[in-house]
Amino acid sequence: MGVHSLRAVLDVGQSVAEHRPWSRAIVTPEIWHLLVEGLAGRTWTLLGLWGETGMVHLAVLEETTGSMGVASLPCPDGQFPSVGRLHPPAQRLERTIADLVGLQPVGNPDPRPWLDHGRWPISQPFGAAMPRTELPSPYSFLPAEGESLHQIPVGPVHAGIIEPGHFRFTANGEAVVRLEERLGYVHKGIESLLDGATLERAARLVGRVSGDSTVAYALAFARAVEAATETDVPARAHWLRALMAELERLANHCGDIGAICNDAAFALMHAHCAVLRERVLRASAACFGHRLLMDCVIPGGVVADLPADGINVLRALVAEFRRQLPPLVDLYDNTASLQDRTVGTGFVRPSLIRQFGCGGVIGRAGSRAFDARRQPGYPPYEQLEFATPVRTDSDVNGRVWLRITEVHQSLKLVEEILERLPPGPARGELRRSGQICEGMALVEGFRGDILVWLRLAADGTVARCHPRDPSWFQWPLLEAAIENNIVADFPLCNKSFNCSYSGHDL
Amino acid sequence: MALIADYLVQGCQMLLILLLAPLLTGWVRAVKARLLRRRGPSVLQPYRDLSKLLRKEVVLADSASWLFRVAPYLIFAALWVAAALVPTFASGLLFSWTADLIAIVALLGTARFFLALAGLDVGTSFGGIGSSREMMIASLAEPAMLMMVFTLSLLAGTTELSSVARFMLTAEVGLRVSLALALLALVMVAIAENARIPVDNPATHLELTMVHEAMVLEYSGRHLALIELSASLKLLLYLSLLGCIFAPWGMATAGAGPVAYLGGAAIYVAKLALGGLLLALFETSIAKMRVFRVDQFLGAALMLGLLGALLLFVSRSL
Repeated sequence: MGVHSLRAVLDVGQSVAEHRPWSRAIVTPEIWHLLVEGLAGRTWTLLGLWGETGMVHLAVLEETTGSMGVASLPCPDGQFPSVGRLHPPAQRLERTIADLVGLQPVGNPDPRPWLDHGRWPISQPFGAAMPRTELPSPYSFLPAEGESLHQIPVGPVHAGIIEPGHFRFTANGEAVVRLEERLGYVHKGIESLLDGATLERAARLVGRVSGDSTVAYALAFARAVEAATETDVPARAHWLRALMAELERLANHCGDIGAICNDAAFALMHAHCAVLRERVLRASAACFGHRLLMDCVIPGGVVADLPADGINVLRALVAEFRRQLPPLVDLYDNTASLQDRTVGTGFVRPSLIRQFGCGGVIGRAGSRAFDARRQPGYPPYEQLEFATPVRTDSDVNGRVWLRITEVHQSLKLVEEILERLPPGPARGELRRSGQICEGMALVEGFRGDILVWLRLAADGTVARCHPRDPSWFQWPLLEAAIENNIVADFPLCNKSFNCSYSGHDL
Repeated sequence: MALIADYLVQGCQMLLILLLAPLLTGWVRAVKARLLRRRGPSVLQPYRDLSKLLRKEVVLADSASWLFRVAPYLIFAALWVAAALVPTFASGLLFSWTADLIAIVALLGTARFFLALAGLDVGTSFGGIGSSREMMIASLAEPAMLMMVFTLSLLAGTTELSSVARFMLTAEVGLRVSLALALLALVMVAIAENARIPVDNPATHLELTMVHEAMVLEYSGRHLALIELSASLKLLLYLSLLGCIFAPWGMATAGAGPVAYLGGAAIYVAKLALGGLLLALFETSIAKMRVFRVDQFLGAALMLGLLGALLLFVSRSL
């Protein structure tokens, strides 16, 4: 097998003209295999894998050239050749396809259901949609055998107020031998709800996939719609969107830094970081009318322009951060007992991070310099100056420091955006072509790259929409991060990942 | 008549510690909240929590045996008696002569034994984790505590606390290396025994990192109230112990009369407040250590206690 470029491989297939901005091709099983082998051989990175009735879609990124594309394989007989057989990151996505659409991945080494716990009123909501008759069967966890091993089931209901997820530890005393996650407890059927939704309703729904990254989700959805309809958005809207996205990053990174320290029982950092996060939320409310900036980004632009005093409010916020942050960073850096917990804990091998195409803080702390703001990039970031910070330590401490670096970076970006905010309208009209069209967007949220793919029907409603959370490629790595650690360090590893349950379970 | 008065004073002391224990816990929490720039609940909150828990029904796991139901009463009884044996506002009270420091250590051990058994009894994995961690901590904390006791008894010639307190007030004690080591050892043991940061976190919601909380996760209602009260009593006991041995000033002697007793009580409350303040300060400034570092921490406490005792064999003046 020679080395092909992604473009050349997809060009062999039957190109779908209405798919924008990257190409989508309907491919044969041979090309599908070629793509799977390329994924397994690290030529390409998996961006997403989702299904609809009679077809599976595989989104692929070529990191060397920055090109990406979607390959669609028709599966008239209800099955498709498994990607996960050669490329493990796809396994949970395939199990989800089997649960939701009913398309069976042939050769997937893991045939267990994933999101469907046997408690939905119907099975395969996107496929046969049959009412469920049989009772849920117990889930078989992967075995770990050996003398003096014992299992610790944790969750889905936890002692603290967090999202539900089940973690099955097999441990030898305190040392973790194996961790297996079971997710899907917050399945809300968002993809089904999106079917046939108007754009307004769909934007609200996608903005609620994972509430903490509502700006990034709404932005990804808006960009996908705008790509599909070939709408140009006013320049000011781009800049305001970036402003909101950076505010969201600022708030969440701040919260995460404090929460990680709190899991090492260092509540002081948590308290101070919570104050800083609150300041961002209040500034957001003052500027855009919502603390979490929900429903502020819509297809076509942003809902409201920055009010007259908004620039001053945000400049004051940045100044406040610049005053308060350095002492906090010093506190983190100089507290030996805290460093003792974070340094070396929860190490993830960079090769695994590359294999899973893991983005966000986890990826960048483990040598993978991927940032959707740079590659594929979207306005206005190409006009803004910022570097992609990368670390190689890939442990809890590395992820904390990467967040600190990104907080500084976001502060600088907010300042620069305020300085250079172009005049003009903040919202434009969507072009309605009256034809079926498809769009896709990749946006950098605070967790990593969020992918939204959608098809609009001729009447302008959503025919099919698939939002893919960055956590899909981060959750599996958490299982690897806890290896060689002790049970009591799991909360620290987990918080340093801070994966989304809601975004993953959809 | 004198005997009745003695009983009365001893009864007052037992009631006092029972009433003060939740206040101490509330005080430590309030100080910690203030240090974190939070307003925090009132210092009386632990009383409200206890009365709430006492009124709530008990939910028992199906797998719980009689031991699980009995354990809270045994733990509470052992800790209350142990706390009553430590001189607080007055030394030489009636019960003081019936048991010495080693008996207190034994009572604490009994309480811990039943708590660990209760943790194992329900058969949940968290109870098991908590009990095994508690036993690991105990296996090092208890010998460290005993070494500290030996150091004291070598100096004072007795393990009876009232006499130790009286001895510590005499001029011949002075500043001693062995006492400093014993103090350090006792503080470290106290932190570990009371499940405080950096050994355990009393405020955590992370079930995987818990020690004490993991053992009592299954308790509810009046059982939980007793366990909580016992934990408060234990904290009070250790602070009283530190006060009685290393800061015995202001303590009334038995039979000194109500005025002296009141003065002693005021000074005792001040000592507790100071101890709680220092504890909150310390806890705020440090992160929790990894579970496997606890043995090094308590190993150091054991070594300090041992060193203190050994120094006294080298020279009686150390």
